[in-house]
Amino acid sequence: MIENAKHIDLPPTPADIKNLNVGDVVYLNGTVYTARDQAHKRMALAIEHNEALPFDLDGAAIYYCGPTPARDGEIIGSCGPTTSGRMDAYTPLFIENGLKVMIGKGVRSDEVITAIKARGAVYFSAIGGAAALYKSCVVKAEPVAYPDLGCEAVLRLTVKDFPAVVSIK
Amino acid sequence: MKTISASEIRRRLTALIKTCLVVPDREVTKKLSSLVGDTPAALAAAKLIAENNVIAETTNAFCCQDTGQAVFFVKLGDGVFCDGLREAIELATRDAYADARKSVADPLTRLNSGDNTPPIIETELVKGDVLEISFLAKGAGSENMTKLYMLTPADGRDGIIRSVVAAVEAGGRNACPPLVVGVGIGGVSETACALAKKALLRPLGAHNEREDVKSLEIELLKRINALGIGVAALGGKTTALAVNAEVCPTHIGMLPVAVNLQCHSVRHGTVKF
Repeated sequence: MIENAKHIDLPPTPADIKNLNVGDVVYLNGTVYTARDQAHKRMALAIEHNEALPFDLDGAAIYYCGPTPARDGEIIGSCGPTTSGRMDAYTPLFIENGLKVMIGKGVRSDEVITAIKARGAVYFSAIGGAAALYKSCVVKAEPVAYPDLGCEAVLRLTVKDFPAVVSIK
Repeated sequence: MKTISASEIRRRLTALIKTCLVVPDREVTKKLSSLVGDTPAALAAAKLIAENNVIAETTNAFCCQDTGQAVFFVKLGDGVFCDGLREAIELATRDAYADARKSVADPLTRLNSGDNTPPIIETELVKGDVLEISFLAKGAGSENMTKLYMLTPADGRDGIIRSVVAAVEAGGRNACPPLVVGVGIGGVSETACALAKKALLRPLGAHNEREDVKSLEIELLKRINALGIGVAALGGKTTALAVNAEVCPTHIGMLPVAVNLQCHSVRHGTVKF
C-alpha cells in the first residue's frame, strides 16, 4: 500500500471530489464499468438514437479497460487501463449524460478537460501496464453488454483498493 | 543445407511467447525498484509497477492486459531449409495466445480474428545456416505513438535529436513510461520504421557499437529525461530507461528517422535454431 493515500468510495460525492488534489494517490472502492473503443461507439450511437444504454451513466464510473480472458476459477484476467485519449471523441457526450468518473491512462483532449471541469466530474489515471496488480483488486466481475466484442465487452466490476492518481477534476 | 523442423520452431516459439507475456524484462523491474529523486506520485507508481511484475510472475498472470500483436524478427540464413516456417510462426502465435487477449482485428470492419493471428513478420536474409527468431509483444498504447520523420540531409544530427525528442514529448505520456525509445535512422521509410522497432530488442543498457550512434543515444536519453514526463507520466526525471538507435545507409537526398516507443512492459526474447 502507498502511504498517505486517500480511500474513495465510488461514486464520489461532490465533497469528495472537492477535497481531491491533482497528483493525489487514491485507492478506489466500489463499482466501475469497463468500456473501451467499440463499446463507446455503440453507446454514443444509442444516446443519439434515444435507445437504452447498457448501464445508467448518471453518476457512473467508467474504466477504460479490455481484460485478458479469465482462466478457470478466476474472477477476471489481467486488467490494466488502456489509453483514454481514444475515447475523447465520445466522452463529452457521456459526461453530459451524467458520467462522473473516468479511469484510464494518458492525456485527455481540451474538450474533455472542459467537460470534466464544467460538470464536476473527475478523471483518475490508473498505472498503465500494472494489469496483474489491478486483477488482484477486482472482487467481482459481471457481464453487462456486448459479449460479441470479446475483451471490449462491458463488465460491471467491483473493485477494492484500486490504486489511481487524481489527474483532472 | 541445414534442415530445421517446423514443429520444433512452433514448440519453442510458443514457450518463448508464453514466458514473455507474463514476465517482462527483469532489468526494468530492478530499475523501477531502485528509483530515487522522482516525484512522490511517480515513485508510488514505480513501486506499484514493480509490485505488478512480481504478482504477474508469482501468479502466472499476464503482466499487462494488452498482450499485443505478435511481432517477429526472423534472421534467416540462405543455408537453412524449413518446410512450413511461416505456418509454424502463425501456429505458435495461436497456441501461445490461447488464453491471452485476442487483440487483432480487421482494420475496417474491426472484426476480431479470434486467435491473435496474423502475426507481423519481418525477415532479414543473411548468409549461412543461421535461423534466429525474435518475438516482441507490441501493445497499442505505445505503438500508436510511433512517428516517422522524412528529414533532409541538411537537418542532420540536430534534426534527428529535435525529431526524437518531439516524438517522445508528443506521445510519451500515453505510452506507459518509463520507456525504451527505439530510433531507426536511414534506409527508406519502412526501413527506418522496422529498425526503430528492431532496436527495442537490444538488452537494456547496451549501446550501438558505432561510437557516433552511441553518443547520439546518450544525448537523446539525457534530453528525453529532461522533459519531466516521468514514470506513469507523473513527473520526474525517469521518462526513458534507454534510447536504442539503429542505422542503415540511405539515399543522398534523404534522412528518414522513425521513433518507436516501448512501454515499461518490455516483452521480447529470441530463439536460436
